[in-house]
Amino acid sequence: MTNGSPENTASLLVGKVRFHWKEEVIRIALFLCAILSVATTLSIVVVLATEAFTFFENVSLGEFLLGGRWTPLLVPRSFGVLPLVCGTLLIVAGAALIALPVGLATAVYLGEYAPDRVRSIVKPVLEVLAGIPTVVYGYFALTFVTPLIRSIFPSTQIFNAASASIVVSIMVLPMVASLCDDSLRAVPLSLRQGAYALGATSFEVTTRVVVPASLSGVVASFVLALSRAIGETMAVTLAAGATPRMTINPLESIQTMTAYIVQVSLGDTPAGSVEYQTIFAVAALLFTITLMMNVIAHRVLRRFREVYE
Amino acid sequence: MTPGNALRRHAIAKAFHFLCATVTWAGVALLGVLLFHVSYSGFMWLDGQFLSSFPSRFPEKAGLNSALWGTLWLITLTVAFSVPIGVAAAIYLEEYGGKGKLSRLIEVNIANLAGVPSIVYGILGLVVFVRFFGFGRSVLAGSLTMSLLILPVIIIASRESVRAVPGSIRQAAFALGATRWQVVRSHVLPSALPGILTGVILAMSRAIGETAPLIMIGALTYIAFVPNGPMDAFTALPIQIFNWASRPQQEFHQLAAAGIIVLLAVLLLMNAVAVFIRYRTEEGNK
Amino acid sequence: MEYTPNADQEISENEQPILQLEDVTIRYGDVPAVQNVSLAIARQQITSIIGPSGCGKSTLLRALNRMNDFIPEANITGRILYMGAELYSEETDPVDVRRKIGMVFQKPNPFPKSIFSNVAWGPSINGYREGIEDRVEKSLRRAALWEEVADRLHDSASSLSGGQQQRLCIARALAMEPEVILMDEPCSALDPVSTARIEDLMFELKKRYTIVIVTHNMQQAARVSDYTAFLESGKLVEFGETDQVFTRPRHNRTEEYVTGRFG
Repeated sequence: MTNGSPENTASLLVGKVRFHWKEEVIRIALFLCAILSVATTLSIVVVLATEAFTFFENVSLGEFLLGGRWTPLLVPRSFGVLPLVCGTLLIVAGAALIALPVGLATAVYLGEYAPDRVRSIVKPVLEVLAGIPTVVYGYFALTFVTPLIRSIFPSTQIFNAASASIVVSIMVLPMVASLCDDSLRAVPLSLRQGAYALGATSFEVTTRVVVPASLSGVVASFVLALSRAIGETMAVTLAAGATPRMTINPLESIQTMTAYIVQVSLGDTPAGSVEYQTIFAVAALLFTITLMMNVIAHRVLRRFREVYE
Repeated sequence: MTPGNALRRHAIAKAFHFLCATVTWAGVALLGVLLFHVSYSGFMWLDGQFLSSFPSRFPEKAGLNSALWGTLWLITLTVAFSVPIGVAAAIYLEEYGGKGKLSRLIEVNIANLAGVPSIVYGILGLVVFVRFFGFGRSVLAGSLTMSLLILPVIIIASRESVRAVPGSIRQAAFALGATRWQVVRSHVLPSALPGILTGVILAMSRAIGETAPLIMIGALTYIAFVPNGPMDAFTALPIQIFNWASRPQQEFHQLAAAGIIVLLAVLLLMNAVAVFIRYRTEEGNK
Repeated sequence: MEYTPNADQEISENEQPILQLEDVTIRYGDVPAVQNVSLAIARQQITSIIGPSGCGKSTLLRALNRMNDFIPEANITGRILYMGAELYSEETDPVDVRRKIGMVFQKPNPFPKSIFSNVAWGPSINGYREGIEDRVEKSLRRAALWEEVADRLHDSASSLSGGQQQRLCIARALAMEPEVILMDEPCSALDPVSTARIEDLMFELKKRYTIVIVTHNMQQAARVSDYTAFLESGKLVEFGETDQVFTRPRHNRTEEYVTGRFG
């Protein structure tokens, strides 16, 4: 072999590292887009904290969190948030009562029993249910579910917790079903086969092997769905009423935290007044509750996935 | 194990199977009931006059014109803001970010942002865009708020489809002496595009149906004109539906139903497009 | 060429080294994958790296064009010289390294684009726009694929057979006019006929290019290569002319491996 000519050799040498300025500009631009999400979270926290702080200069935190009367727009004014929390919990409890078992049962049916053809019908239907705007569910509650309840319990008020609860449960059902489905599918087939090989029935395999093995995933799905139900706004605004009240009677009119925020922003409460600032205090509470639930659920889900990966 | 016991166990298993199947199909039936109820209540109001008229105190004169145009403006601007940013963020996280602490923080942050109630975004938009930046109750403020709301959806969907691009393609490109951006632009993005599009359409359907944030930033006003620019006030389809549904009169409820039919038709059309794209891609990969 | 006992890990003095590895150790985190390897790659010759699965041969190969840079936990010590320049110095541009030292992978990985675009993409990102058709044709000819695809250059690359796809990947690498081509078990996913075609092609290519090939197929190493390195557990057991390594191995482990007693 002969040596290459000198100029030939020179072109073979690798270049010195150049500053790829275009690459750097692009990297920084992309990074800024990614960091925007963190900025969003920070903005939410800053906005809610500063506005709520002004509110708490006028109303003590104790009165807000522990007070049992919520009449910020009426004289005598009272700023106890518990009736709103109670109203929210009533809706969420009702929705949980329906959506969690039905969602889990749907996931079990899809994962353990249903043939592929059925899956290919039910899955898109669930996706459509999940994609229906919440205002539509509100309309459905008001014009279909409420008359139905009133025909059974004539004493039911026009606006009532039960009706809103039912549509909220329909709304979160697809979420429960699809997240539970993911969790159940993560359980290895070998575990099921092991149980079947011991002569267990499908019921026993599901309830004693599959569901317990995916329990943390299932519970996390429940928490995520409930957090979603807590933040739900339009259906409860339209159907559950505007009466902050501590009650466990689902046939009565109540008010949730979200519905209260909408009520104030629809009205002509002057910006800057204490009444107006209540929405930030309520929103801060709402944000804190849902954020905690989401953080916990995501952490549990991540651990759960790691187990089976 | 006695035969009687075995029989009982099998009966339980059968009953359980039946129960699970029943509730599943009940859910499917519910969708049918909902669609039927809405169509039945609203279809007689659905005509050209309904689509071309402005809102009115008189149900027979009321229509969706300004709401349709408002939604069109809102969605166009929202997509223009959120899609480039969302896709860029997804690319950063998948292709540039690595597994450092910062990437991890951004990732957790996005997952949690996706779960923040939409009304909280409304409050953010009210304080930041309407008041602080002084955009007022405009289409611009509405679409910026909506962009923040759907960004997590776009980022999560785009990340999934970027992640699905085979690593062997990236390696081949790098081995040819390509820079990272050349690899992303020429190979990762084109391969991920159908998945990104599907995610964008889903995010758009979310934005079209969202009501609470728009109420917060003050879109619920009587609007009898079509917005001409991003600084104009506006109303939108779901806002109009909410407005009609919250009135006591039966006729307005029927108008709301008619509005819902239009809204659902738009959403269904978009879903069909998404399914079509998914189908085309799967065919293409065969 | 005479066998010289002291010449272990060296190439014949008639050859010119294009790549020199000096005491190269590559770790994934704390786990060493390649340990203290020193050898030289002769210019316009075929060097094969053989050894049992997991011996670090692919890791070593990927170190030669800095493809391990993409594995965050991988780190390398020692020196690799390309034409006398250090590959891993701070001043060396890894992007430029990969332009000079091309790579062909285990499984054919054409881009999901047309046959033409697959070959043209490398030159185009490096600013070669003029005469791109000629360049594509020349590369495809050198990869012995031209006759088969000349009339369907704009068909999708995925319409080709596995063997054709792999030759397309070789053409794609050739279009960059590299000096060295690294091949990571290029035939392991191919049938025997396609394998034979690629081996024939390698003989043609070595007139212009230096080839380093990793293979677990010892017959292939014996058939195609001029030099052979035998790696076991990340350590270089033996390096020398292929003929010598296969017929008169200096180490027992080499003999046991090449005669098929393990691995």
